[in-house]
Amino acid sequence: MQEVKLIKGNEAVALGAIRSGCDGYFGYPITPQSEVLETLMELRPWETTGMVVLQAESEVASINMVYGGAACGKRVMTSSSSPGISLMAEGISYLAGAELPCLIVNVQRGGPGLGTIQPSQADYFQAVKGCGHGDYNMIVLAPASVQEMYDFVFDGFDLAFKYRVPVMMLSDGIIGQMMEKVVMSRSRARWTAEEIKQMSDSWATVGKPQTRARNICSSLELDSQIMEQRNLALQARYEEIKKNEVRFEEIEIDDAEYVIVAFGSSARIASEAVSLARAEGLKVGLLRPITLWPFPSARIAELAGQAKGFLVAELNAGQMVEDIRLAVDGRVPVIHFGRMGGMIYSPDEILKALKEQSNG
Amino acid sequence: MDKVYSRSALLTDNVMHYCPGCSHGTIHKLVAEVIEEMGLQADTIGVSPVGCSVFAYNYIDIDWIQAAHGRACAVATAVKRLTPEKMVFTYQGDGDLSAIGTAETIHACNRGENIAVIYVNNAIYGMTGGQMAPTTLLGMKTATSPQGREAAIHGYPYKIAEMVSHLDGVCYVTRQSVQSPAAVRKAKKAIRQAFENSMAGRGLSFVEIVSSCNSGWKLSPVEANRWMEESMFPFYKLGDIKAGTPAAI
Repeated sequence: MQEVKLIKGNEAVALGAIRSGCDGYFGYPITPQSEVLETLMELRPWETTGMVVLQAESEVASINMVYGGAACGKRVMTSSSSPGISLMAEGISYLAGAELPCLIVNVQRGGPGLGTIQPSQADYFQAVKGCGHGDYNMIVLAPASVQEMYDFVFDGFDLAFKYRVPVMMLSDGIIGQMMEKVVMSRSRARWTAEEIKQMSDSWATVGKPQTRARNICSSLELDSQIMEQRNLALQARYEEIKKNEVRFEEIEIDDAEYVIVAFGSSARIASEAVSLARAEGLKVGLLRPITLWPFPSARIAELAGQAKGFLVAELNAGQMVEDIRLAVDGRVPVIHFGRMGGMIYSPDEILKALKEQSNG
Repeated sequence: MDKVYSRSALLTDNVMHYCPGCSHGTIHKLVAEVIEEMGLQADTIGVSPVGCSVFAYNYIDIDWIQAAHGRACAVATAVKRLTPEKMVFTYQGDGDLSAIGTAETIHACNRGENIAVIYVNNAIYGMTGGQMAPTTLLGMKTATSPQGREAAIHGYPYKIAEMVSHLDGVCYVTRQSVQSPAAVRKAKKAIRQAFENSMAGRGLSFVEIVSSCNSGWKLSPVEANRWMEESMFPFYKLGDIKAGTPAAI
């Protein structure tokens, strides 16, 4: 019989960590994601799977602990919310530069600054355009359910190790705090030291045997010619990711004249708006990007040949809408509908905004 | 004739980038010798800082992680917790450890992480061109205190070794130097003690090595060592600050 639990999104991340063979979690309390660290401390996985859990003194320390753990070839992760992710930006850039795999969960809240503890999607730019300094990308997964917050821990680690890049799960205070049923079907053990050696002997710093050259995890290269080559190698890897890893979901899209694009919690609200529209006989569909980077630009470009217009619903001042406009390339109108500062729209409000566009 | 000394096999053939007269070369040699003598090459992970010793990984033939500026103790924390059977040490300068990395240093000390910290204090930022550090002595001229450090403007030099010695998680704090053969022998003994503490899981060991930066100080190597003895040692007093022998723990 399958195991089903009624839990919060943040608790699903904690359980997903333990059951996905995570070796170490390093975090710092911040609303609305503190249940991740609280749940892990309550469950004491160091006594069962051997997973290390540590409350760091800051988000800066957390991400650098992740950097150290990742360098050892371990599955390591952290979680935080918007202001804390800003503090981690430096460390994320170093992880990308040193080609280290890890999972970072952002349960977004409204900003800027200390902002509010209410949900928001205003960290889209931060997540998909790099976050820290330098030319790099993270793979960004946007869960729209508690189930996905559980599953994306597994997927996040898999992608991180497949490409040796940091992966971000970009959630928000709605998904993190709400309770839903989760099917806990996926489960796997932590890697043994021998397995890590087999997979990561060419780069992980686990102690240098006589049989290989020393491994150095570093993002530093003062010779510009070599540094450019390193950048080119990273960019080539990003192209591979763009080719292989784009994920999205479509609802009622086949005959849609108007397409709503929304991710995460907004996609849940928007899917209800689609139902309301269909009940009125309006041909409206939903495209939900699951990977925000790589972005489903090709599919959106394709839909621009079918649809009369796009409405991008996101809980911010207009961020993902820029990527939609790039893909649509001026062929049909693209409008943005958003709320900010922790405010949330209803399905009715999305439908009203769409009608204003289609009439206008 | 019997061979009584040879270069550590763990020192690579790379030509060191350090200025002639710099203390880093000697300290690197001691770290390499201790790891070799303890038979820990395959069981050691070093964490290098940002600063002159950022390239420590080019000179000692072990696995290395290059940390962001100041964050070495946080990086080492995770490495040791995830691989507790390994010997884990950080190698940091005074700008890295006692300015930008103060929080990570203090909290790793306070948690009693089973790591060794090698703290090279030459009272100046060497790599960026001789700017004032938190450890710069009053009156000392640097690129950012060109008229000499004034307490009213820049605050006071501080002794982070004494500060961390008060934390329960720290088992061993000592301040050494490497300007003479006798000092080198004592510094090596201290590094060995710190590395043994890491392997035995006794808590955090903190080895400060007061060092010269003749380029940054704008002195010849000989003058720099003399100035260090006359000016640095009275403020940064050498010797054990917290005993680290097993009996004392």
